[in-house]
Parts: sequence; structure tokens; C-alpha cells
Amino acid sequence: MIWNESRECMSRDEMMTMQGKRLAKQVNNVYHNVEFYRKKMQQLGIEPGDITRIEDISKLPYTTKDDLRDNYPFGLLAVPQSQIVRVHASSGTTGKATVVSYTRKDIEVWSECVTRELVMCGLGIDDVIQVAYGYGLFTGGLGLHYGAENLGCTTVPMSTGNTKRLVTMMEDFGATAIACTPSYLLHIGEVIEEMNALDRIKLKVAICGAEPWTETMRLQIEEKLHIHAHDIYGLSEICGPGVAADCIYHKGLHVQEDHYYPEIVSPDTLNPIADGEVGELVFTTLTKEGMPLIRYRTKDLTSIDRTPCECGRTLPRISRFKGRTDDMLIIRGVNVFPSQVEAALLEMGEVTPHYLMIVDRVNNLDTLEVQVEVEERFFSDEVKELENLTKKISAVLQSALQIAVKVKLVEPRSLERSMGKAVRVIDKRKLV
Amino acid sequence: MYVKQLSVFIENREGRMEKVTETLAKNNINIVCISLADTSEYGMLRMIVSDPEEGKRVLKEEGFSAMLTDVVGVKLPHYFGALNKLTREMSALGLNIEYMYAFTSGGDNASIIIKSSDNVKALDAVKNAGLSLVVPEEAYSL
Ligand SMILES: [Zn+2]
Repeated sequence: MIWNESRECMSRDEMMTMQGKRLAKQVNNVYHNVEFYRKKMQQLGIEPGDITRIEDISKLPYTTKDDLRDNYPFGLLAVPQSQIVRVHASSGTTGKATVVSYTRKDIEVWSECVTRELVMCGLGIDDVIQVAYGYGLFTGGLGLHYGAENLGCTTVPMSTGNTKRLVTMMEDFGATAIACTPSYLLHIGEVIEEMNALDRIKLKVAICGAEPWTETMRLQIEEKLHIHAHDIYGLSEICGPGVAADCIYHKGLHVQEDHYYPEIVSPDTLNPIADGEVGELVFTTLTKEGMPLIRYRTKDLTSIDRTPCECGRTLPRISRFKGRTDDMLIIRGVNVFPSQVEAALLEMGEVTPHYLMIVDRVNNLDTLEVQVEVEERFFSDEVKELENLTKKISAVLQSALQIAVKVKLVEPRSLERSMGKAVRVIDKRKLV
Repeated sequence: MYVKQLSVFIENREGRMEKVTETLAKNNINIVCISLADTSEYGMLRMIVSDPEEGKRVLKEEGFSAMLTDVVGVKLPHYFGALNKLTREMSALGLNIEYMYAFTSGGDNASIIIKSSDNVKALDAVKNAGLSLVVPEEAYSL
């Protein structure tokens, strides 16, 4: 089923015409109501009248996370604060939080997008969904919650915390869907196993996001829990989860581009990049009232495919994320993404998806240690076998990353399980 | 015929060994004998205990990787060359010894636990050497 066929299946021409009109209106809006954008446009010698078609977007200035911090907390509002009905914030690892404000209509548009995506994942009014993202300043919990209620699902605001209780309720309520981070779903899977509950639960769909995960991990989750797992993408600066999600064909995540216009640009030159090639994802919020953003640089690396999808939607698809420009580690001059480690480990099929990368500097030389849990299936009581396994894992990682990797086997369940975003990297070099 | 050995993977960090022994003690499981193979990163603890199945269950409940392995227990009389007789028979049958460790059973006999490349052939070697096996019930109740 398709929730909003007239938008989700619109022809490209119609879509671009609509986007052009919306962009012109939004640019006019920010020029007159947001000092930050007026100044930026004046510096570049652009006037609102210069923007009439969607192609004109390349004339506009970029916005970065630093711009949001500099205008903390309400400096980028395009409406009087009396029209703001909600505020979310993401805790910055450095400095101030990033604050985002929503009008009533912004919340409605956001919920509409999440609803479209839940329908895309096969959900309907008969479904019971447990929302196991954190509720609070983080957009995950409330974002999924409003979208699920808007669709008409029976919505259970679990939040995060007591995983045994979550599994008990999953069974008792006959929950058919869950929304949480992929790493938390892995942990929930372990608890389901511990409680021997797999045969008693009715779970069929998981909607996971808020952290990058690999296709292999998605397939492993599907197989282990006998469900369909979908990827949902979003960032609080744009709205939260709901910016994009993948349909049952899993060939990229459909972007809700009638509201959030995507561009892919080179992170170095900021020039546009051709469809299919990897670059930094940039969004313009075409319809947002509270805090509209023009060409916001997400730091997420992906590529875009604008060809129609087998599901019937014409919404373009962004590929599974290669990583974030700021997740990228440079180890001995080589670019390394945690997602590469995850993909390599999972393809071996012998280790759990729980791993921890420890980057350090010893005698001025970068070192990478990867800790992996010894899983039941391949555990041997012969040291020889475990040594062979260690060697095999380091060879696989070495060929995937092109740098030397020290592998350390650790006890099962000894790496920390996270209910939100998992910690996959400890970079000790930063501490010195 | 075979003795079930309880093996546990432990990281070389403080308190892990203690946690294993504490878990077994709390559940009234007696450790008959113990051997530790260690590397710089982790250790492999191999034990004969009074109730191997229960031992595995309680350790797994505590989050350890634990498994049961069939090993051969052999009684070694205190005379010169008893062990040599056994290893000679084993090598005659083309067996590799993966690991072995000794335990005393009180009285005149010492015993050893052997894990070889082929458990079935190992029984033949014991017979050929004229030695007798430690039967499981005997091992668990020592
Ligand atoms: Zn599709």
C-alpha cells in the first residue's frame, strides 16, 4: 500500500515544478524573516527573485551545524516564538546542543512522512508497534510515535530501559512491529533468545535507524528474528526520523523530497555530484515553517538514484550510508569507517555483530585493535582453534581496511550493549 | 566411557577466574581437577567437575562461553614408564595428543585426562597399553 500516492508516485516533472515553487517561496521567507540567511544571500549578491526553479538551488549558500550552534537556541526561527509548539535538541559531543523548533504544521508534515514510511514497511491500522527509541529531547521516540498514531497503529511508547519488560509486553500485546536502533534490536534479540520467547512473539517488522548499520547486519537481524527489517533515516536538524526509509525491495531509502529536497555534493569542493556517485548529502527543507534550513550539510556520505522503484514510488532513493564524514577515522593515513569493520566481520559469519574498535598511538604509530566477542557457535576449547580464528579475523579485516589490525577475542556479552547509539570506536589518540 | 570435561573461555582480566569458581561453588558444584591453558590475551580453563551439565548451565547463565568436551580419563599406576607405555601405543595408532593434564585420585593411582585427535582410537590405545579407564561416575565423584 502507498499512503500518499499523489505525492509518492508523482512524475519527476511535476515533482520538480512543485519543488521549484516551494523553494522560491521558502527562499523569499527566509530572506525576509531570518537575518542569518538574509546576510548570507546579500554577501553572495542573491535576491529572492533569482530563485524560481529547483535548479536555482545551486546558487544558494550552505548551512552547517556550526551555524546552528552559533545561533543557539532560537536565532534561526522564521516565525515568532509564539508559533513554536515543540523543541528538540541533540546533545553535541562538543560544545552546545543543536536545538530545533517546530510549528504545529512542522509536526504534521513530519508525522505524515513517518506515516508514509511505516506504510512503506508494510504497516497498517491493525499493527501494534512498540516504539523503543528514547523519548525526550531526542527526536526518535516522539517522531515514530506521532507517525504511528497518525497511521492508526496501536502505539506503545516503550522508550528504552527494561528490555525484559519490553519482550514480555511484545508477547502479551502481540506486538507486530518495533522501532529502535539496530544495535538495541540486536540486544532485544538476545533477550528474546534468553527468554525462549521467539515462538511466542508475533513480531514481523522492525524499523531501525539513528545509527549506520550494514546490509549484512540487516539480513542477519531478519534471519535471526524471522522479521522484515527496514532502515529509517533522519536527522533532528531536518525533522528527525522520517526523512527517508527503505521499502520492501530494500534498494535504497526513499527520500520524502516534496518536503526535504536532497542534493549530493563533493565534501571537498562542494560541487554537485552526478547521480550514483558518493558524496555528502545536503538537505533543504522546502516546507518547514519554524526553522527552515537551506542546503544543510548532513556530513552523511551516500549516493542518489532517481529512477523509479519496483514498489511504484518515484521518490528518489539514497543508498545505505557509507558513513559520516565525521565518523571517518584516519589510521596511518588510511580512511577507515566503522561500517567497513562491521561488514567484514558479519560476512565471516563467525562472530557476533558486537565489536569495539580501539585506536591508539604507540611510539608515534597508529594502532587499531578490534575486540570481537567469542560466539557460542564457533567456540572451541582448543587454543589452537581460537588462535586460528584470531588470525583469520585479522586477515579479513586487514584486507578490508588495508591496514594492520590486532584482533582480541573477548568473552560473550562483555562489550557494552547500548539502548541508543552504540559506541563502536574508542579513539585514544584524541585523549592525549 | 568418556569423561565430560567442562571448558570455559576467560579473558585475562581481574576477577574472571574468581567469578568462575564462585559460580560453581554457589551452585554446589565440586571441581575435581583443573587445568589452565593461557595465551597473553585469554585463557582456556578445563575442568572435571561433579556435575558437568549443571556446571555448563550455570556458567552460561553468568554469560561465560562454556562447553562440554568428551575426554579420556586413564588410571596410571605408580610404576616406571606407565605413561610412556600409553603414549607409545597412542603414537602407534597415529594419534595426536591435543592436550593432557594429571590429577591424583588418592591411594596408589594417579590419573590423567587426555584429549587426542581421535577419542575412539584412544580407547584402543589404553587397552593395548594394559591400562584402565577412569569411568565418568568415578571421575565426577573424586
Ligand atoms: Zn521502493
